[in-house]
Amino acid sequence: MSCDLAIVGAGPAGMAAAIEAAALGLSVAVLDEQPAPGGQVFRAVEAAAGDPALAGEFLDAGGALADAFRATKGIAYRPRTTLWHLDPDAGVLSVASDGATAEIEARRVLLATGAQERPVPIPGWTLPGVMSAGAAQILLKTAGAVPEGSVVIAGQGPLCWLLAVQLLRAGVERLTLLETGAGGALRDALRAGGLWTGRRLLAKGVALMRETRARGLTVVRNVRDLRAEGDGRISTMRWRQGEREHAIACDTLLLHEGVIPSTHITRALGLDHDWDETQLCWRPRLDAWGATSHPAVAVAGDGGGIGGWEAAAAGGRLAAIDAAHRLGRLDAAARDARAADHRKTQRAALALRPFLDRLYRPGPGILAPADDTIVCRCEEITAGQIRGAARLGAAGPNQVKAFLRAGMGPCQGRMCGTVVAGLIAETRGVSMETVGALRPRAPFKPMTVGELANARPEAMPELTA
Amino acid sequence: MIATGHDTRDAIVIGGGLVGAAIAYGLQRQGLSTVMLDEGDVAHRASRGNFGLVWVQSKGLGAPHYQHWTHASARAWPDLAADLLATTGIGVGLHQPGGLHFCFSDDEMAQRDALMGQLRREAGNAGYEYRMIPAAELRDMVPGLGPQVVGASWTPYDGHASPLHLLRALHAAFQDLGGLYRPNAKVTAIQAAPRDFTVAIGSEAVRAPRLVLASGLGNADLAPLVGLSAPLRPERGQILVTERTRQVLDLPTHVVRQTEEGSLLLGDSKEDMGFDTLTQTPAIMRAIAHKAVRTFPWIAELNIVRAWAALRVMSPDGKPIYDESERYPGATIANCHSGVTLAGAHAGLLAPMIAAGALAPEMSPFSARRFDVQKAA
Amino acid sequence: MFRRRPEARPAPRDRLVEVFVAGRSVRVPDGASAAAAVLLSGAPAIRTTPVNGAPRLPYCMIGICFDCLAEIDGVANRQACLVPVAPGMRIEPQAGARAARIEDAA
Repeated sequence: MSCDLAIVGAGPAGMAAAIEAAALGLSVAVLDEQPAPGGQVFRAVEAAAGDPALAGEFLDAGGALADAFRATKGIAYRPRTTLWHLDPDAGVLSVASDGATAEIEARRVLLATGAQERPVPIPGWTLPGVMSAGAAQILLKTAGAVPEGSVVIAGQGPLCWLLAVQLLRAGVERLTLLETGAGGALRDALRAGGLWTGRRLLAKGVALMRETRARGLTVVRNVRDLRAEGDGRISTMRWRQGEREHAIACDTLLLHEGVIPSTHITRALGLDHDWDETQLCWRPRLDAWGATSHPAVAVAGDGGGIGGWEAAAAGGRLAAIDAAHRLGRLDAAARDARAADHRKTQRAALALRPFLDRLYRPGPGILAPADDTIVCRCEEITAGQIRGAARLGAAGPNQVKAFLRAGMGPCQGRMCGTVVAGLIAETRGVSMETVGALRPRAPFKPMTVGELANARPEAMPELTA
Repeated sequence: MIATGHDTRDAIVIGGGLVGAAIAYGLQRQGLSTVMLDEGDVAHRASRGNFGLVWVQSKGLGAPHYQHWTHASARAWPDLAADLLATTGIGVGLHQPGGLHFCFSDDEMAQRDALMGQLRREAGNAGYEYRMIPAAELRDMVPGLGPQVVGASWTPYDGHASPLHLLRALHAAFQDLGGLYRPNAKVTAIQAAPRDFTVAIGSEAVRAPRLVLASGLGNADLAPLVGLSAPLRPERGQILVTERTRQVLDLPTHVVRQTEEGSLLLGDSKEDMGFDTLTQTPAIMRAIAHKAVRTFPWIAELNIVRAWAALRVMSPDGKPIYDESERYPGATIANCHSGVTLAGAHAGLLAPMIAAGALAPEMSPFSARRFDVQKAA
Repeated sequence: MFRRRPEARPAPRDRLVEVFVAGRSVRVPDGASAAAAVLLSGAPAIRTTPVNGAPRLPYCMIGICFDCLAEIDGVANRQACLVPVAPGMRIEPQAGARAARIEDAA
């Protein structure tokens, strides 16, 4: 199969980019590993229509985008398809679907693989009953399900409040929010400005907080030193507030310290990245159209930097317009004219980001947890072991990987890579840029030896309008 | 111990990979105060891409000295493993149950038999035990052999170990014995005089009467500084690694081996891709997968969790280079593409020679002068 | 411990699918993942780790943590959060590293 633009990811950025690219006359392929469009923010939006707990933007905007995506001609949408290798020079995507591998040729590639929740390594976070906040939201969206018993949300960020509202509306009775976050963050955040331009988003946030209060959410602020305890399953949540230690019974712990770009593929491609010191994460280096340091690859959506779904959709459109220009369908003037409204939308959608980034800035412990914390969940390597390797001379995460196997498990460093680097940086007293990042390799997602051996190039039918 | 400042030692080893670390360990064990200079993460780290075989079978056709050297290394390996365990507590996972090289046709079997027979002749009095084992008997030795396998060659000398544990253990033992390890130390200059070498690392320097160049592909640039030559080229190999699986394959083979952690390593590809270890080739990965499934069909359902490409350090004839400088006695160079197999020899045989001040006469066929002879011929 | 909310997802929109988690029948909304089925079943663990035998349940539900690896319809180590439920699906928790199946291969 061959196309002008191959888009990896069918979330808001991918869907919007596909719609725009098709409208501009490009042949488009969209690959996504899930069975239905929506990415994570609009996951299972088609199936969740009508659920009152999810009423609002999720169903309205997400549903509309998914409908438009399905209805647009000229998009070859391949769900349940995983990208396992990409040769950006040759424009060849190696994909796996339905038990076999195949290839797609594309003149340009747009990575819209989105974000992941920041891993929150605290002692006990590998216990059954501990999940990310997003995981609970996915259960609500895809199975209409809620956690039972004493539920604790621990961390900070807008998702904590949104999830709290959704869980309370859905009937969770014992819900506690343990808010981490430095005292003084609000002051720092207010200096960032953008509050008037971002007033719609700000109002949404304030409304959420008001609703949680009305529904009786227990909120504890300025918590630190979180610890999950239990025998085979979480049963108690401990924390410190000031000098005092506290604990509550806990049956489900939902952790959240913000969302960070998924850089697995951009790292595997060796693209340039920058370290964001405010949000403590890596971002691929992009121009105003989402173009990366490789001439054939662009990034749109949260994968380029967290901005939320509206900014992602606008960014997807901008990347598609730029693709049309680079592929000779639009001259520069037409490109800029067509992009103008989307730029405005994107700017407005991002107006509140500096405020939010500072308000919810993760504490330094997030990248340098206590020694007894498991950092590499796959291989069960602790922070103490990693600090030890750094002291022995391991200067970067790839060396620590060779020493301790941290990053060798199935997740290939998605959950531990940045924390390993953070521990090295702390131990050796150097910057994150100096320490560097893990370099993942293909296959980007596991595939069986048999799938790889049984290549069926004809498995991908030609593009049909 | 990681030190700073000007230093005088009994020996300097440039290179902290499997070759450098084994030699440095061997020297320190001989009682020589040794410093090991290692580059950072950017160096071409062949050691990290080693498959892990301690492989004697099929080494050294037409080069009996290499065959003997490999045998000697395999014999020296158990002591090396035991010493490393005793010194550091790190087990390197050495198993030497013999190894298999599979054949997929009668022609391949015949060719392999001829090769092994030739090796036996060349071994002379040292002897060379091997068997060509037909598939029917192989099925008792390995689980789930594929129907396309016709047979295999087997020698009792082959085995495997964990390259990463070995590297760690060599480094730890080296430092435990008092060796000085300098990471992130790129050599900027070498001042050479007979049995007197000063190596500059940025603004610092170390000095010793013995200098060992063991920096793999980096040796090509360093060798001329001490009057030696190291014609080397990178040969790329790719390896696929599966998820952990319960132990099922005890014997190492030339294309599949199971590590102590349970992962299966699939490999044995060769490409000419310059110094590029960062890109991967789906076609090659597919070929490796295909061969593995032909050999052991049950591998088909295992997940590939990761893959990598690494550079073998190849001399023009694929055999090691060991050389000592005539102009600057005391300077030695060591290059090979089998850093695990030859670790026993490097630590236990080569290091004592370097300590004593001269390579043994039987090492002369390993000199890079053999390439001049070839060129002149 | 998770429970469904049938009042919020009325049939026929929310068709229920019967799957088996460790042999026990569980009814899960169509479109949910095998990982969701495990969480709704109340099973104490979806796997125990190969390294230390520690119990794990799904953590991220988006396919990046790999803690939800389970044997689904006889295929080991599948990311359960990426597998949509289907009628009769058998989801088995795994203990440690998987075993290679030698006899079945041909």
